[in-house]
Amino acid sequence: MRRTALAVIALALACSPSGSDGGGASGASSADGAEPPERFGFGSAASVERVAMWDIDVKPDGEGLPPGSGTVAEGEQVYLMQCIACHGPTGTEGPNDVLVTREPWEEWPAGRTVGGYWPYATTLYDYIVKAMPQLTPGTMTADETYAVIAYILYLNDLVPEDAVMNAETLPGIEMPYRDRFVPDDRTGGSVIR
Amino acid sequence: MASNSRSRISRRTWIAATSGAVAAGLIKTQADAVKLVAQEAPTPPDDPTRVPGRFTSEVGVRAPEERPRRLTRSQTLSSSSRTPLQELQGTITPADLHFERHHAGIPDIRAGRHELLVHGMVERPMVFSMADLKRYPSVARTYFLECSGNGGGAYNRERMPVEISPQALDGLLSTSEWVGVPVRTILNEVGADPAATWILAEGADAAVMSRSVPMEKIMDDALLAYGQNGEAIRPEQGYPLRLLLPGWEGNASVKWLRRIEVTDRPTMTRDETSRYTDPLKGGLSRQFSFFMDAKSTITFPAYPYTLPEPGWWEVQGLAWTGRGRITRVDISTDGGESWTEAELQQPILPKSTVRFRHLWNWDGSESLLISRAVDETGYVQPTVQQLWEARGERTAYHNNQQRVWKVGANGAVTFGLGDLV
Repeated sequence: MRRTALAVIALALACSPSGSDGGGASGASSADGAEPPERFGFGSAASVERVAMWDIDVKPDGEGLPPGSGTVAEGEQVYLMQCIACHGPTGTEGPNDVLVTREPWEEWPAGRTVGGYWPYATTLYDYIVKAMPQLTPGTMTADETYAVIAYILYLNDLVPEDAVMNAETLPGIEMPYRDRFVPDDRTGGSVIR
Repeated sequence: MASNSRSRISRRTWIAATSGAVAAGLIKTQADAVKLVAQEAPTPPDDPTRVPGRFTSEVGVRAPEERPRRLTRSQTLSSSSRTPLQELQGTITPADLHFERHHAGIPDIRAGRHELLVHGMVERPMVFSMADLKRYPSVARTYFLECSGNGGGAYNRERMPVEISPQALDGLLSTSEWVGVPVRTILNEVGADPAATWILAEGADAAVMSRSVPMEKIMDDALLAYGQNGEAIRPEQGYPLRLLLPGWEGNASVKWLRRIEVTDRPTMTRDETSRYTDPLKGGLSRQFSFFMDAKSTITFPAYPYTLPEPGWWEVQGLAWTGRGRITRVDISTDGGESWTEAELQQPILPKSTVRFRHLWNWDGSESLLISRAVDETGYVQPTVQQLWEARGERTAYHNNQQRVWKVGANGAVTFGLGDLV
């Protein structure tokens, strides 16, 4: 009975003249005249622990950064262990992404490097803790992650040699090209942008 | 000739029919039949009407002569492969030929253990199993999916390709019928805060690939997709669950979706800052450039094909726009001097590919073929010069310039933009 009702709802939504994709329960009615519920109730409540376990992203204002800290010197050791094989001795040799740009640019970025392009330092934490090292992602501790970020920022001349990265200091790093990023201004119509 | 060949039973056919598996009584089960199919001789019988055909099978295979293949350039962990556009018919891409773009390989995920967490600015943080999600009212929609880097190989004036196929240039484009639940159904279920303006969508791959998406798009037509062309989404396309943002750059349609966080600002992930942003002239960089603007390309005749002789040929190709429906495709066979409206295959679905056709009587002289798509916003697919003027010459994402194909006097077709710039 319920299956039939759901099928009819889906059909009604799919055929709605507005071209709507449906969704939400309001507005549709089932074959037997019963209104679908405001909520279906399928799925289960997510515990606080469950959310905390997966909610590991980091926002530009630092929200989501965990406790811990790391220095440039500690970061150099992490870099030598975890990063050098793909990013080279000074972050410029590859074979994978070049991480370092020290020379300023005006018209075109020299590369999509941390110092030469990345608009937010917090992105380093969000990305590294999830995706790096490439062959063993998600294995670095918070301290190691903060440390290697400090070292990468140092290689880019963005922090001094005695810098310490943590949840307070990382969001405050001024990335030199942040104001170069602009929203999409394409709108369709007759103007080519 | 035909009756002659029908009456003649070759020695090979005779052997197959008499001393083969059928005559020997070896086929007792379907498994035997499958084995027989697997051992099928590479050479077909001279007369298929004189040999019993093969039996049914649980999973079909393509005809031996049909070998469409994705084009893979890289064997590294971050990889892509391209759809053989010039070998396909109609608009639907067979799922096993859908283009690929992964950021840390294809994760091995079992649907029975996969869950979607929805939390953040919601009344009720919730977890959904695949069975939960499939119980919600579903929709099916046909949409193209395209990587924003598609076509980028023909933007640089100094490196304009000549011997490049539609697949190699534009094969990061595929079209499928997607089945799933509107994301807004699930946001209604969890009680999303009306003040929320963005979501973060996160994948369960080894890059935990994530993108921020404006709530406006989510509430419009975003899907939690689990079906593709009549079956479960393939692992390469995000099995068992992906976000599907119709008409937007493919990267934002996060595959292997495991988490949606409802927020009031973008997260500024790596793939919306360092990548998938578009440098422009003047030192600026366009961010959150989601829309795929109108584009088209001729898929026949195109490199590496050679027209064997002058005469009537049907020029064919695909047109698409992320802003709704294609309304017109113009064809030029003289390098843009004159244009003729192509025939569009109905129905024209929004945010899907449209096949266009133009009957062309080739006189045997060197010709430059161009297609030019127009969409329902009035946007006309630009020339590369227009894009260079607007964006500068050193970007590559979102290159929707008019594609040009040159038919030489010998019939050989090459990418011809170099002749016009």
